[in-house]
Amino acid sequence: MSINPNARKAIFERLRSASFPEKEPPSIDPPDFTTAASPPVGVSELADLYARQATLSRSEVISCSLSNWGTTLADLVQRKRFRSILAGRNTWISGELSRQIPHDSLSWFDEDMFSFKLRLFSEFDTGITTVRSAVAETGSLVVWPDTQEPRSLSLVPPTHIAILRASSIHFDLAGLMQAEAWSRGLPSNALLVSGPSKTADIQRILAFGAHGPKELIVLLIRDDLPGT
Amino acid sequence: MIIEKPDPQAFKSRSREAVQDPLLRRNIREAMDFLVDRRASQFPDQAEFERLRAIGESIRKDSLRRLPQLLEKLEARLQELGVSVHYAETPAEANALFRSIARRHQARCMVKGKSMVSEEIELNHEMEKVGVSCIETDMGEYILQLAGDRPSHIIMPAIHKTKEDIAKIFAGKIPDTAYTDDVDELISIGRRELRTHFRDAPIGVTGANFLVAETGTIVLVENEGNGRMCTSIPEVHIAITGIEKVVDRLDSIAPLFKLLTRSATGQAVTTYLNLVTGPRRPGERDGPREMHLILLDNGRTQAYRDDRFRATLQCIRCGACMNHCPVYTRVGGLSYGTTYPGPIGSIISPHLLGLESTKHLPTASSLCGACGDVCPVGIPIPKLLLSLRQASQNTLPPSSQPLIGQGSGRSIPEVLAWKIWRLLYANPQLYALFTWCATRMRWLTPSYQGGWTRARAPLRPARRSLRELISQQEGKAMRKP
Repeated sequence: MSINPNARKAIFERLRSASFPEKEPPSIDPPDFTTAASPPVGVSELADLYARQATLSRSEVISCSLSNWGTTLADLVQRKRFRSILAGRNTWISGELSRQIPHDSLSWFDEDMFSFKLRLFSEFDTGITTVRSAVAETGSLVVWPDTQEPRSLSLVPPTHIAILRASSIHFDLAGLMQAEAWSRGLPSNALLVSGPSKTADIQRILAFGAHGPKELIVLLIRDDLPGT
Repeated sequence: MIIEKPDPQAFKSRSREAVQDPLLRRNIREAMDFLVDRRASQFPDQAEFERLRAIGESIRKDSLRRLPQLLEKLEARLQELGVSVHYAETPAEANALFRSIARRHQARCMVKGKSMVSEEIELNHEMEKVGVSCIETDMGEYILQLAGDRPSHIIMPAIHKTKEDIAKIFAGKIPDTAYTDDVDELISIGRRELRTHFRDAPIGVTGANFLVAETGTIVLVENEGNGRMCTSIPEVHIAITGIEKVVDRLDSIAPLFKLLTRSATGQAVTTYLNLVTGPRRPGERDGPREMHLILLDNGRTQAYRDDRFRATLQCIRCGACMNHCPVYTRVGGLSYGTTYPGPIGSIISPHLLGLESTKHLPTASSLCGACGDVCPVGIPIPKLLLSLRQASQNTLPPSSQPLIGQGSGRSIPEVLAWKIWRLLYANPQLYALFTWCATRMRWLTPSYQGGWTRARAPLRPARRSLRELISQQEGKAMRKP
């Protein structure tokens, strides 16, 4: 069978020939998709809810402050013995990363995937990324890959460490999309990440570390609390 | 690897075999009870579920009503982003598109995320014919591909296998792998094997849970991260899905995502919601350089043109209807012999394959209504099953109704039997004569009575009809003053 040049035309003709005898469905404009009666609005409430929900889906949430997140990270790296950490250059965390992580343990994602593949899949035990925001209701991070932090940085290394600021957290996905006007344009890849990768495909038994990270650690910077 | 071609015409014999397999029945029953409980825990409040469902239903209905315009909008947006959009009327055309893309890149291997539409077109098999191996990377699908088996559930494809079955498959099929039935170990074996494929394959294939017209976004919902691998690592990404998957606005995704994950696996959220909007952009270091979207018809326009059946296309493939179906729970997904099993499969398959080969499927329902009750987008599945049953008995002028295979379930003896039944039951004299004869000649009752006697004792008329007994009683009472 060769490729049919008329497929599009034929499909559209059939679709257009359909008639709709039933009434116009109720309009969904303007949309009201919020699913909670009284969503929390305070940053502290949202941060607490986020931490609770994220922990339920096996994320490890570590609270810290704007002034001590770097040392908290250094402690974590030492405690967990992360030896080969990958991160993106020129982000708001990159300066602190190079101050806090031993230089022989830290690499920057500078290369193109094509030439970097072999190293990416074998060398790094940890990827550290910023995140754009989070959804408190479901404990989900909003990961927003870009030229500095490629999408595979939060995917291929077995541990993903995410740096989240409490003030960026929204209650639910619908509200977040509206507040940040996502519909005006999205990056080539945007993600909601809720915990380490998992599967229950074998006899419904939950196992973590299916194809993505086995471990997700979130440094939650409580920039809502005084003194940070 | 030769996999037996599934055949929906064998539904009756295959389901009879399935109900006689106690181990299979237990596996499926336990899995379905688990999924039913999980879903119930996510929708504790029926009113809230109904509110969300009304939103989901109106989004899907509205999207279908404007389907041609939305497809054009999506296409324009995707083209601006640099995505090639292809249409295929049939599975063969879709496979030809895959082959030509693979040939252009001289690809010998593709990694594939979970996609029911790729099952629908038998992509793995068709690619193998031209020397391209298409590797399933969803753990459940990977297990089945190794075993040469087929998915029995659209969300949990390998539920009919135990961990011991899977341990044997891995030990037998993956080189240097010892037998282990420890699930964490099995998953890490799968992870290790598939990571080399993610790294090396030039093409990644995925389905799409939703397509967003206004932003040109392909939405993928998953837990494992294999979908992310397929859309992040290879140089080329090909997504394939049905033409009905498009919605207009990005803000529709939030409620649909919520309905999908809660209905499917009883999760408030999956690990990943992956929004892919075009290929790699300037300055980015990963992501595919080339992206294709293949939109498949394969009978969907047939369902679309017939307003008795259009609601079929509202489906978001959560599988809740099969989890709650008393028939599916007993016969399992493989009995259906179709890509989509269960109640939703029974209303989709007649459009993909024609009603002639699938005419048994709409009868595989007790019409208890559970499928309709749990459907997150309000598809009236029981009503559609009845319409399909009716269509299989009646032939309407082909010009007015596009469903192929209408009237194929009609059998002369059955039609005759119902005609006689109507005649007898509409006429008191004839009815009395019939019961008099039937009771007097009960010794003539055949011991073979078609499907009835396959599992039951033959039906025999009573010695005397109830009417006769009553009038005898009344006669006695009259004589005894």
